[in-house]
Amino acid sequence: MPPRIRYSTGLPVPTTDGIGHSNFEKQEPAMFGYFLRRVLAAVPVMAVVALFVFLLLRLTPGDPAAIIAGDMATPQQLEKIRTALGLHEPIHIQFLTWVQRLMNGDFGVSLLSNKPVTTLIAQRLEPTISLAILTIILTILISVPMGVLAAWRHGSWIDNIVMSASVLGFSIPVFVTGYILIQIFALNLGFVPVQGFTSISKGIGPFLERAILPALTLSSIYIALIARMTRAAMLDVLGEDYVRTARAKGLDEKAVLFRHALRNAAVPILTVIGTGFALMISGVVVTESVFNIPGLGRLTVDAILARDYPVIQGLILFTSGIYVLINLLIDLSYAFLDPRIRY
Amino acid sequence: MATSVERRVEPVIRRRILPVVEVRGLGFASILAGICLLVIVLTGIFAPLIAPYDPIQMNPAVRLKPASDTFLLGTDAYGRDLFSRIVYGARISLTVGIGAAIISVAIGLPLGLLAGFFRILDAILMRIMDGLMAIPSILLAIAVVSLAGAGLWTVLVAITIPEIPRVVRLVRSVVLTAREEPYVEAAIAVGSSLPKIMWRHLMPNTLAPLIVQATYICASAILIEAILSFLGAGIGTETPSWGNIMSEGRVYFQLKPSLIFWPGLVLSICILSINLLGDAARDLLDPRLKQRGGLK
Repeated sequence: MPPRIRYSTGLPVPTTDGIGHSNFEKQEPAMFGYFLRRVLAAVPVMAVVALFVFLLLRLTPGDPAAIIAGDMATPQQLEKIRTALGLHEPIHIQFLTWVQRLMNGDFGVSLLSNKPVTTLIAQRLEPTISLAILTIILTILISVPMGVLAAWRHGSWIDNIVMSASVLGFSIPVFVTGYILIQIFALNLGFVPVQGFTSISKGIGPFLERAILPALTLSSIYIALIARMTRAAMLDVLGEDYVRTARAKGLDEKAVLFRHALRNAAVPILTVIGTGFALMISGVVVTESVFNIPGLGRLTVDAILARDYPVIQGLILFTSGIYVLINLLIDLSYAFLDPRIRY
Repeated sequence: MATSVERRVEPVIRRRILPVVEVRGLGFASILAGICLLVIVLTGIFAPLIAPYDPIQMNPAVRLKPASDTFLLGTDAYGRDLFSRIVYGARISLTVGIGAAIISVAIGLPLGLLAGFFRILDAILMRIMDGLMAIPSILLAIAVVSLAGAGLWTVLVAITIPEIPRVVRLVRSVVLTAREEPYVEAAIAVGSSLPKIMWRHLMPNTLAPLIVQATYICASAILIEAILSFLGAGIGTETPSWGNIMSEGRVYFQLKPSLIFWPGLVLSICILSINLLGDAARDLLDPRLKQRGGLK
């Protein structure tokens, strides 16, 4: 999916003090107010997500109970679902009861396995989280140096290669990347096993052996996105006076690039790592089915095939919540990353 | 040296909506992309003339045959010609891509114009859009398809919903800057009607960025359709689409990888071409972004 990046954080664009030095000692008391405002701003977003998920089932043409139960349902089953969803109540009461249950951590019960959705999600959490963390580490290790190099040698062949690789990364679907990697590294070269998952508790070696291909697959779009963003942010910063000053006072290029320039380019890069997280969630669903990993993505696919709506609904609420939380943390971290930003 | 990084030149105010397209300014890559896309579009339109076999007709006698003179790319597990199926698959992908781009612009443009113009509406609408954008688009699409059942229309709706907020945000941001312009003030002063101000004075500003955005939506929609079909939540399996072909090929991957690689290759080329054309359109329409390497 070609991602669209935007600076939509509502933050003031950082202004330069001409020196570009960070000053971590000065913390303003006004920041607490900013923290509180940002945390509160996440509430309506989650409310809209919840409302949307709630209305989706009710607004789909047809009887919600029949939609959930499928074509083969008996009248008894339909009645059971209606009672479980509270469909006999007026719609606003339904919504309030539903939200109240969510607040108490009750996400409903799977129609397929009759287990609580929260239990199902908790069971599948570990593979997905370890895969996600490995992906983010790989992404940052690969894409940030790529972007810095491209900006540093702007217009050169390095730049062209990085930019072409990033367009390719956007355009090749995750599952195609996955199968190409399996074909080359697992089937042809035999470096790693084809599919499956080993928990990190069984040792870091066995975990990496199985997780490295899926993580590379998943990071392909992410790397493309962040390399582009790093390049763009670095290009902006490299034109600043303080970079020239740093060079003029004889600092070596490495220090100029990484200590002065990259640090000042960090805010937009971090923003994109946050917004790109939604891409990764989408990628997880596909990657896990390609590599046969028993995580949240597989849970999603199993739920689709069984039309297990409560599980799908729970997964949407859960992943959207994580997305909002991560972007909230990133917003809050701006204050520490770039002390020039005042609220 | 990196010190030669050019300062960004302030853009010349352009009054034309669409600058005259200079073909010479286009890079080799975008011309190649244009040709690839043209070939795919023509293939989709003339699919019945190009495909040597019926893409749906099963023939167990020739299952999983390798590529040969009779079957250009071999056959799948049901003995259907892979080449013919890929040719027909272009129809679904292009329909979904173009359809999603048109529908999301048709809904997002008026919403964005209103949000950019009326403050109260803006606050409400933007909260809704923020919420929609927090839902990962694949999961949202999956939820819609699992509720409403497989089918072209369902898939189209499922793909379009998550794209709308992006269009609304884009249009709104353009309107927010444009409405401070003197010509809008002048239009208000001479008593132009509100719909006229919005349509004649504000809307044209959004066209250039919208065209670029629409190409990205088109690429994204084609990709999501393929993913949905691949996961088994797309258009019904009886219709050949690139995602469906790959989904069925998964089981036989170790036996016959070409069932995944050929549709995957065509899909990648298609998306790549649209993205490159989008980049070219952006460079032509908004030269300011060119140097930054794009903020898609």
